[in-house]
Amino acid sequence: MKEIVLIKLGEMVLKGLNRRTFEDVLIKNIKYRLRGLGKFEIKIAQSTVYINPLSDDTDLDEVCERIGEVFGIVTYSRACVCDKDIDDILSKAALYCKDYLEDASTFKVESKRSDKRFPLKSPELSAQVGGKLLETCPHLKVDVKDPEVTVTVEVRDFGAYIRCGTIRGQGGMPVGTSGLATVLISGGIDSPVAAYMMAKRGLKLNAVHFESPPYTSERARIKVEKLLKQVSRFAGSIEMHTVPLTKVQETMRDRCPEELFTILLRRVMMKIATRIAEETKSGALITGESLGQVASQTMYALNCTNAAAGKIVFRPLIGMDKQEIINISRRIGTFETSIEPYEDCCTVFTPKHPRTKPILHFVEQAEREAELDELIEEAIANTTVKTIDF
Amino acid sequence: MMETHYLDNSATTAVCKAAAEKALYMMTENYGNPSSLHKMGIRAEEEVENAREIIAGSLSVDAKDIIFTSGGTEGNNTVLFGAAQALRRRGDRIIISAVEHPSVYESAGRLKELGYDVQYAPVSTDGKIDIEALKNLLTDKTILVSVMTVNNETGAIQPIERIAKLVHKCCPEALFHTDAVQAYCKMPLKPKKWGADLMTVSAHKVHGAKGSGALYISDKARITPLLYGGEQQHKRRPGTESSPLIAAFGAAVAEADITKTTEYIRELNTYAVSKLSELDGVSINSPTDALPYIINISVEGIRSETILHHLESFGVYVSSSSACAKGKRSYVLAAMGLTDSRVDSSIRISFSKYNTRDDIDALISGLESGIRSLQRR
Repeated sequence: MKEIVLIKLGEMVLKGLNRRTFEDVLIKNIKYRLRGLGKFEIKIAQSTVYINPLSDDTDLDEVCERIGEVFGIVTYSRACVCDKDIDDILSKAALYCKDYLEDASTFKVESKRSDKRFPLKSPELSAQVGGKLLETCPHLKVDVKDPEVTVTVEVRDFGAYIRCGTIRGQGGMPVGTSGLATVLISGGIDSPVAAYMMAKRGLKLNAVHFESPPYTSERARIKVEKLLKQVSRFAGSIEMHTVPLTKVQETMRDRCPEELFTILLRRVMMKIATRIAEETKSGALITGESLGQVASQTMYALNCTNAAAGKIVFRPLIGMDKQEIINISRRIGTFETSIEPYEDCCTVFTPKHPRTKPILHFVEQAEREAELDELIEEAIANTTVKTIDF
Repeated sequence: MMETHYLDNSATTAVCKAAAEKALYMMTENYGNPSSLHKMGIRAEEEVENAREIIAGSLSVDAKDIIFTSGGTEGNNTVLFGAAQALRRRGDRIIISAVEHPSVYESAGRLKELGYDVQYAPVSTDGKIDIEALKNLLTDKTILVSVMTVNNETGAIQPIERIAKLVHKCCPEALFHTDAVQAYCKMPLKPKKWGADLMTVSAHKVHGAKGSGALYISDKARITPLLYGGEQQHKRRPGTESSPLIAAFGAAVAEADITKTTEYIRELNTYAVSKLSELDGVSINSPTDALPYIINISVEGIRSETILHHLESFGVYVSSSSACAKGKRSYVLAAMGLTDSRVDSSIRISFSKYNTRDDIDALISGLESGIRSLQRR
């Protein structure tokens, strides 16, 4: 029996003339994500993507698992391919649905006939398939209101398909359709979630990570690589830029008022990230900031930080509670890594009492007096780049 | 010197070259503590994590859901005692099949002594669990069900997916565990898809080293750890990871090619079964749809140990029931309804990819001479 995967598209079907571009990107993303699982024929018709494995021993479980991580897909399902012929549909339905129905007690059959040349109308088709299934699995009862298993028979242009239930996809828009943006990633819980959320809106990502050896260890960087690797399951490959910030931080410690360390550091990060964004033709910055979570994320502090950014800053977590963020991080599989206990550069030289309402004028003044520009240039020049991919 | 015909691969296997080389490298060069903050630690940790990825990949699960253990016994003990403790408030019934390995069977026995309501699901004559009987044992007090994937004595394969789904349907709060030690790398295992919350595997049955194994713990399964003492493996199994054995485990699994090897073993099995059935007084106890790696037979009128030692004198090594229960009568075969005399004369032949037809020919001639000289009718 031939089995394929059918995918229903998300809000991109609402796009006008751009729709083809969106579809092309989605198909490219699906192909990339399925690499290593064998050869597939992938085509799109009637708002449905058909994924047809060309070899019989393709691991469709794994295919489905991966499809479940691609943005731009609302629902997907496995389906058995039949000829557009009632006898073939009936005999395959009996075989194919058996596994799904064996331990169920109620079911119903739904039919959709988009090819109106098919002689049976939808209710007739449902009735025949339902009858056949009752014959095969006599323990079953029909329940049209709340069935345990819904068997769907679709008669479409290329053939007829039988499915037993659909799975929710990630939703969102295909990665790349919104452009490229740069995420500032620390190793905490929030920034990977922010990266995931913006990739969901169609952004391809690159990442900037700051490290301060010997205050931070190689393990902190490996942790970030692990986080990005997990995010790349959804977002595709991510170019990670690691910027050494030791000298900048040491100089700040020596030359700046302690209570401004955090806000000054955030501003340096924004400046460097903006430069990297410009060099990589990325159009925005992404941070995991959430209003009021820590001293550097008060409205006043964010104003000061924002002033140092040369691009629009996306802060998808700004209105979320920590627990809501944690829930997403668990769901996308970054939580366990995020809580590994390594110093990151934000916790190096933290002031005892950081200013929660910094004033931009004084912050800029402190920044000028510290004469950090040359060191920032040096940090950018010493940046290393690594591609992270799942 | 006499040639060795090792047909006891379900007891343990030879360590493959790649695994042995990896262990040596980890012991003599990359010997840092995987938890050390410095480079030496990081390099060792990379090997451990790489092995974790390989083992996770072989089970189609996430690496974060794999913990390394000291082997099958620790894995099974962790599950039984860990689940029993973690879910004590929800209920006290624990169900295992009547043919589990002693590391499950006796852990359950200990839990019974501690006041848990332990129930045993019977098997039918084909060694498969009686689904209806299991259904009747499931109550809302059930917290854990443990059914092995492949029986260590007969090779009988349990319909794990079906059992797991049944358990989850009847007892949504209960955990389902499967001891897959004998199945690992010998058939496709997909705990996540099947709905198994926990799965135990071991390294030394798949050409890794003794003292090493892994446990799959799904996201939703929260079990109390057996050991305390450090941050390793997210506190689920503290203690410095045995990086040489773990890395060797990874190397052995990376080398395993289930499809190819199973095909080869199936050929050996067919050959062996055809030769065995020509022998007078030999009956096959393994079900016909068993895992081809294991053939359990009885040689009429000769006690297991006698025939075992007789074969040994031919350089042929087999096992009398499970090696963990030397000298005890097999409760597994008894549970399948075999007569006492057949149980007492049973031996287990088990293959690995290193076996050839020569080994089977040696076995057959050993059996032939045994039947001639030892059989008492």
